[in-house]
Amino acid sequence: MDNILSLAATNLLSPVILSFALGVLASLARSDLSIPEAVAKGMSIYLLFAIGFKGGVSVADHGIDRTLGLSLVAGLILSAGLPIIAFGLLRVISRLSTVDAAAVAAHYGSISIVTFVAGSSVLETSGIATEGYMVAVAAAMEAPAILSALWLISRFGADTREMDSALMREIMLNGSIVLLVGSFAIGWITGKDGLDQIDSFIIAPFQGVLCLFLLDMGLVAGRGLRGGSGAMSAGAVGFGLLMPFVGATAGLAAGMLLGLSTGGVALFMVLSASASYIAVPAAMRVALPEANPSIYLTLSLGVTFPLNLTLGIPIYIAIASAVTGGS
Amino acid sequence: MQTHKAKRLAIIIESIMQARLTDILKEKGVTGWTVLPVLGGSGRSGEWSREGQVSRASGMVQVVCIIKPERLEPLLDDILKVVDRHIGVVTIGDVDVLRAERF
Repeated sequence: MDNILSLAATNLLSPVILSFALGVLASLARSDLSIPEAVAKGMSIYLLFAIGFKGGVSVADHGIDRTLGLSLVAGLILSAGLPIIAFGLLRVISRLSTVDAAAVAAHYGSISIVTFVAGSSVLETSGIATEGYMVAVAAAMEAPAILSALWLISRFGADTREMDSALMREIMLNGSIVLLVGSFAIGWITGKDGLDQIDSFIIAPFQGVLCLFLLDMGLVAGRGLRGGSGAMSAGAVGFGLLMPFVGATAGLAAGMLLGLSTGGVALFMVLSASASYIAVPAAMRVALPEANPSIYLTLSLGVTFPLNLTLGIPIYIAIASAVTGGS
Repeated sequence: MQTHKAKRLAIIIESIMQARLTDILKEKGVTGWTVLPVLGGSGRSGEWSREGQVSRASGMVQVVCIIKPERLEPLLDDILKVVDRHIGVVTIGDVDVLRAERF
């Protein structure tokens, strides 16, 4: 318990989280502070490239073993399975319609790459090593949840747009997946020598860029909370607070079954606990336009993302440390 | 100066649907259109601003094209298939153009 509290306190008072808090507060106070769209986009490209590259280098360093393949399979299963749990939970504790519940469920099966980046960063500053290929697991977990949600919708009789090849391509080849997998491959191919050539670019500035990026995320989350709070019921908000821990428990089980390190288990928990707010909303707007975006965006971005960022990550790391014995 | 009657089709649509819409225009032989960014607005789905949107999913664009009047009806049927379930506005206006052969 002390471990969890001290990790949570350290995390809450880190520049990254305080930057996020600044963004939320500025937005709630209706300040005109804003990060230009192109700058935010540039920072997200930088963060994805850096995290993918470092993951690839780590795999090049440590080699691959059978857990890489098994972890990818576990990630796919979790991403496809979590929406079904989320859908059931939503139907019990909230009054959302089938369409809205399925759309929200898709977000909770998929992942938030920013939460993953923040989790990796906390692990790195705590000196806890992780399996580099967790980046690939993150990429694998983006899409299956969308298919699960569409299956749920068809099963419960609501109308969806046909899953055409254009939508499939957009989901599988969305920019963040391509960049993450691509930079992971570059890091893997070039290894330590490649990292030596660009480490001053992708390692030293990383935390600073993450601070500014999370400042922007805070502004967006604050605006979402201001605008979307009217659409939320207590049950839906309760789901947004509860589901991350349900997901994290599933991630914990997967990580333990695979025999991953403390860092690997923690990242599996972070991934399973996080909810998408980039790839899935875009897919839902195409496939399920009747679902209300202010419900799923407010839940994933305004409720679950801040929860994971502030309290979730330290709790998951502490639990992963406790159950793996800190190995 | 000689002018010619034409129809101006202006479609405000979610940016994720833009390619699907312009594909239809291409298929139907529309040779030119313009895509404009939309900064924000308000409608049946509430108030909306481009500022601070975290994903392309929430963005909107306006697609404008000028066509010969006789091409309008068949084109509208296909456009409706793309936009019917989505947020957006489709307007048709009468305009005069100088160089009819271009449309």
